[in-house]
Amino acid sequence: MKITLWGVRGSIPTFNPSTRVYGGNTSCIEVEEDGCILVLDAGSGITNLNFSDNLECNRIDILLTHLHIDHIQGLSFFKPLFDPDKKVHIWGPRTHAHSLIARLGRYFSPPLSPFYFRDLTCQLEVHEIENSSFEIGPFTIQSAYVIHPGPTVGYRITSRSGVFTYIPDHEPALGRSGLNHDIRWLSGSELAFEADLLLHDAQYTAEDYKVKQGWGHSTMEDAVAYASLTKVKHLLLMHHDPTHSDAQLDACYAQLKEKTSYPFPFEMAVEGTVIEL
Amino acid sequence: MAYPIEIILNRQLADCLAIPVFITDTVGNLLFYNEPAEEILGKRYQDTGEMKVGEWSTIFLSKDEVGKLLEPEDLPLVKTLLNQLPYFKTFWIESLKGKSEKISVSSYPIIGRAGIFVGAVAIFWRPSDE
Repeated sequence: MKITLWGVRGSIPTFNPSTRVYGGNTSCIEVEEDGCILVLDAGSGITNLNFSDNLECNRIDILLTHLHIDHIQGLSFFKPLFDPDKKVHIWGPRTHAHSLIARLGRYFSPPLSPFYFRDLTCQLEVHEIENSSFEIGPFTIQSAYVIHPGPTVGYRITSRSGVFTYIPDHEPALGRSGLNHDIRWLSGSELAFEADLLLHDAQYTAEDYKVKQGWGHSTMEDAVAYASLTKVKHLLLMHHDPTHSDAQLDACYAQLKEKTSYPFPFEMAVEGTVIEL
Repeated sequence: MAYPIEIILNRQLADCLAIPVFITDTVGNLLFYNEPAEEILGKRYQDTGEMKVGEWSTIFLSKDEVGKLLEPEDLPLVKTLLNQLPYFKTFWIESLKGKSEKISVSSYPIIGRAGIFVGAVAIFWRPSDE
């Protein structure tokens, strides 16, 4: 399983000299195995994907965790959606009131967009998921709702080469001081449990979180503790706050390493990184 | 296996509340009760953990205004579990030590975005006329 991080910034694309190292594109991760490609979220990082180069199967699956703008803003610029020869499947969380197509349609319509959802010319299929399990090519995928404002899922992707879990927007400590150590009471723990790689929200410092409780994100400390409780083997911290410069992220990471001693490796996610499981 | 997110969020809300809250699964097993609810049960969650329905439902007796025992199907939480609808009732509860207290109970089903019934919540109130 080849995992490419095309966007690891949170909330809004942030391009300036001080974000050059960790990157400024919002959430988008490419997962490839046996020529089959999954795209996790469609933040601005999706514009870096070039399917004409590497698409063996003529199908692309976009798995959205939720519909906040930083996770879908790249869709309008995703060329395969406008190619009649391409089969595109979009997967996203179900809600009780409105269909996924209707909710995506709010973005794909004026005044936010010059065209409508119905104007997409690819061979499109939309799938609504909840606490679900499904298969795409060599991947078995489990989705589950996690704590974040609005309907939001995380994904556990299993193939013969390993288990990769993706929970980019997540506030498991909501309403608590710290995480519940009984993982039955820990949001998303069934997705993360013993994963070979977990890519998890770590937007805030503990200081940031004091005034941003309920905004749907984790502190770096909670993210690492979450990985420890769920026994993951490798953790990458992502959804970097747009106000955090490279220097600040470096300092946060150094402090985190100094304060904690976990038996698994963890790092700050860097845009452009390729990981092989 | 983690509990459904709707159950976890109800617990995290209950943890923040000053009113007694009980959270059950779909058949009435007690998954969680908060600190104010510990006073009613006379037990601490950290000591008991989860409790089977047959265990926690016998900790106190439920009676009407003339002291007659209520049938289980008259109780809001039981009705919620049976019908997956919210209910409300004021009645008396009597602990095994004989202490009696008038109480109002609101119960509601936990039905998530997918429309699946995953449990129920009962909130106990001391009636405002006292």
